[in-house]
Amino acid sequence: MVISMSTDVKRGITAVPDNFIPLIEIDNLQVEYLAGRGSVRAVDGVSFSIGKGEVVGLAGESGSGKSTIAQAIMRILQPPAIITGGQVLIGGRDVLQMTDRELRKFRWDEVSMVFQSAMNSLNPVATIGDQIIDAVMAHRKINEHQAREQAKEMLQIVGIESDRIDSYPHQLSGGMRQRAVIAIALALQPPLMIMDEPTTALDVVVQREILAKITELREKFGFSILFITHDMSLLVEISNRIAIMYGGEIVEMAPSRELFENPLHPYTQGLMASFPALTGPRKQLEGIPGSPPDLISPPSGCRFHPRCPHRFGPCDSVHPPLIEVRPNHFVACHLHTTSEGSAQ
Amino acid sequence: MSEQRDLVLDIKNLTKHFPMGGMRDTRKVHAVEDVTFALPRTEIVTLVGESGSGKSTTARLISRLIEPTSGEVIYNGKDVLKTQPGGASLEYRGDIQMVFQDPFGSLNPAHTIGYHIERPLLIHKKVSGRKALKDRVHELLDTVGLGPADETAAKFPYELSGGQRQRVGFARALSVEPKVILADEPVSMLDVSIRVGVLNLMKRLAEDSGLSFLYITHDIASARYISDHTNVMYAGRMVEGAPSDTLVHEPAHPYTRLLLSAVPNPHAGLRTQETQARGEIPSLIDPPPGCPFAARCPHVMDVCRQIMPGAVTIAPHHWVRCHLYGDGGESPLPNAANSVG
Ligand SMILES: Nc1ncnc2c1ncn2[C@@H]1O[C@H](COP(=O)(O)OP(=O)(O)OP(=O)(O)O)[C@@H](O)[C@H]1O
Ligand SMILES: Nc1ncnc2c1ncn2[C@@H]1O[C@H](COP(=O)(O)OP(=O)(O)OP(=O)(O)O)[C@@H](O)[C@H]1O
Ligand code: SF4
Ligand code: SF4
Ligand SMILES: [Mg+2]
Ligand SMILES: [Mg+2]
Repeated sequence: MVISMSTDVKRGITAVPDNFIPLIEIDNLQVEYLAGRGSVRAVDGVSFSIGKGEVVGLAGESGSGKSTIAQAIMRILQPPAIITGGQVLIGGRDVLQMTDRELRKFRWDEVSMVFQSAMNSLNPVATIGDQIIDAVMAHRKINEHQAREQAKEMLQIVGIESDRIDSYPHQLSGGMRQRAVIAIALALQPPLMIMDEPTTALDVVVQREILAKITELREKFGFSILFITHDMSLLVEISNRIAIMYGGEIVEMAPSRELFENPLHPYTQGLMASFPALTGPRKQLEGIPGSPPDLISPPSGCRFHPRCPHRFGPCDSVHPPLIEVRPNHFVACHLHTTSEGSAQ
Repeated sequence: MSEQRDLVLDIKNLTKHFPMGGMRDTRKVHAVEDVTFALPRTEIVTLVGESGSGKSTTARLISRLIEPTSGEVIYNGKDVLKTQPGGASLEYRGDIQMVFQDPFGSLNPAHTIGYHIERPLLIHKKVSGRKALKDRVHELLDTVGLGPADETAAKFPYELSGGQRQRVGFARALSVEPKVILADEPVSMLDVSIRVGVLNLMKRLAEDSGLSFLYITHDIASARYISDHTNVMYAGRMVEGAPSDTLVHEPAHPYTRLLLSAVPNPHAGLRTQETQARGEIPSLIDPPPGCPFAARCPHVMDVCRQIMPGAVTIAPHHWVRCHLYGDGGESPLPNAANSVG
């Protein structure tokens, strides 16, 4: 049996859908962690929207604020984190202003999340079957027998033999635990799904199968996904648009294929040049020289300037705004905002 | 395979069966079955394979966090399962370090990052004096790009992102100057730029400091980038082993071919490709005889469902466990190089 990914792949990359209807809009979000020396500005003025049925990918530097954004959308950040500004609008309501009751309903009906710590987020003293059954029964009017059958089916979908339904989390491999958590999220099918590095422990074959399944379910039920990963090639295949983060900010955002073929920000270009090739000559790679920015006192001007090979005049003093330089392609870099820099 | 090389680890017929756990359930999970491979000194050997195929269990057996059902773990020429039957010696536990797959489950939330790195240093008496201890901790944090080190050391795990925790795990493994590091997906949560930094660090440590690595990963391109040899696991079995470059260009086992065909290759741009759908999920619970890949293999023959194929050497340092390959046989399959990337 051969399934073709090609149609999904093609559809996945058709830029922003013409009939773009926003499901959720994140506007100028600011999150700080109060730390000893000052506050860590983990998310600093981030704005983007996710359309109905759209997959938006979030990639970027480790520690740049991706998980913090996800947690802010769910409003599950714990002290010392504080949301110091911005809005998260869904259906005309601001999640950040919701009362506890509204918030419970929002988390219950409208969003589900696969945490980056998924491997470690299952209850260690309950079987995976019971955990899926509990989640499904809490959301749907079905009896335990039906829920158990559905749990088995969900396990099959993520490639776990149904005989493992009575296994405890510690009896499963890292990737199997990750898949069990994906199974729970998929079983609930809320309008918005947030997946934070859901496939780090999965081999590429299983990964592809699960992504094909997610794509299929998304087309059937029309939910939207915020997909956080370091795996750019995966993102290009499954997401409509990709945002790249550096030091708490979005530095570039574009339709997936456009971003991949025509990265404009020097950080994005550096990322693209850091992939080891699967075939061909083995080249020594250097990554991006320099170290990640200190988020307590971030570099002045462009945060990437201490590491940027193209740095020039305004870079260390003027903060570059995120502007649209081609249709739907946004970048925050002086090379693309001032007349001094010539586009690369 | 019999050529004389300086092996720091020589793993022979390693097997681990776990009980299913239920009260009346006497079935066993055959997590690792008859796994044999070698880790030459100062080399990096990769283990790739399907999720759930036994990679982490193999690493945990070697580090002796769990005891095998049978098999040999030969370290510097001695089978440590025989010479240290009561459990690993302090020396072995220092020499063989593990970087755990789950950076969220492997750091104690009650302790600072500094504590996590100090503890092994103290247990294995690698430094003496407060100042030397602190300096060493800072040096290690800087090595993995977690500066400013004094701040990072004072933080608790929940203050770090996923990728930052992963690097703490790596620094902790390095701290006691081990001889071997069993690195279980040590870079899976790092962006490619920082990832390349850690991979280059591993290469440097192998070349300059005499460390040897078992590198478990799903990132086959990175395996080819840093490792000399790659072994492939499927359903508890080692099914193929080859020099990393050869494996990518001339994969022999049908599972390896499937795996390579599914690798997204950013340099090739977008590909529209056909991926084989999962037939049956291989069962590790009292598995049937024969080749574990038979249920999904496009080349399956009658013999495959009855007899487990033996390992056959098909080129120098390249062996495969599949009935398609007879003794000294040549690949009957078309050259796979052009079907990849
Ligand atoms: N509780 C906390 N207290 C202080 N700082 C924190 C806390 N949680 C996170 N941070 C810091 O905030 C920044 C953003 O963290 P976040 O987890 O959002 O990063 P990320 O982009 O998801 O990274 P990764 O890809 O490594 O998971 C990091 O520099 C991290 O150290
Ligand atoms: N304590 C245990 N009891 C029962 N079964 C176990 C136990 N530990 C592991 N297993 C099983 O052994 C098999 C191999 O698990 P292992 O963690 O080694 O896989 P892996 O190759 O590391 O997979 P991944 O890539 O998903 O991390 C799995 O089927 C798992 O369910
Ligand atoms: S604004 Fe200047 S420093 Fe920043 S990325 Fe662009 S060229 Fe580089
Ligand atoms: S032994 Fe048979 S079933 Fe197994 S991989 Fe080879 S051809 Fe396929
Ligand atoms: Mg994160
Ligand atoms: Mg594992």
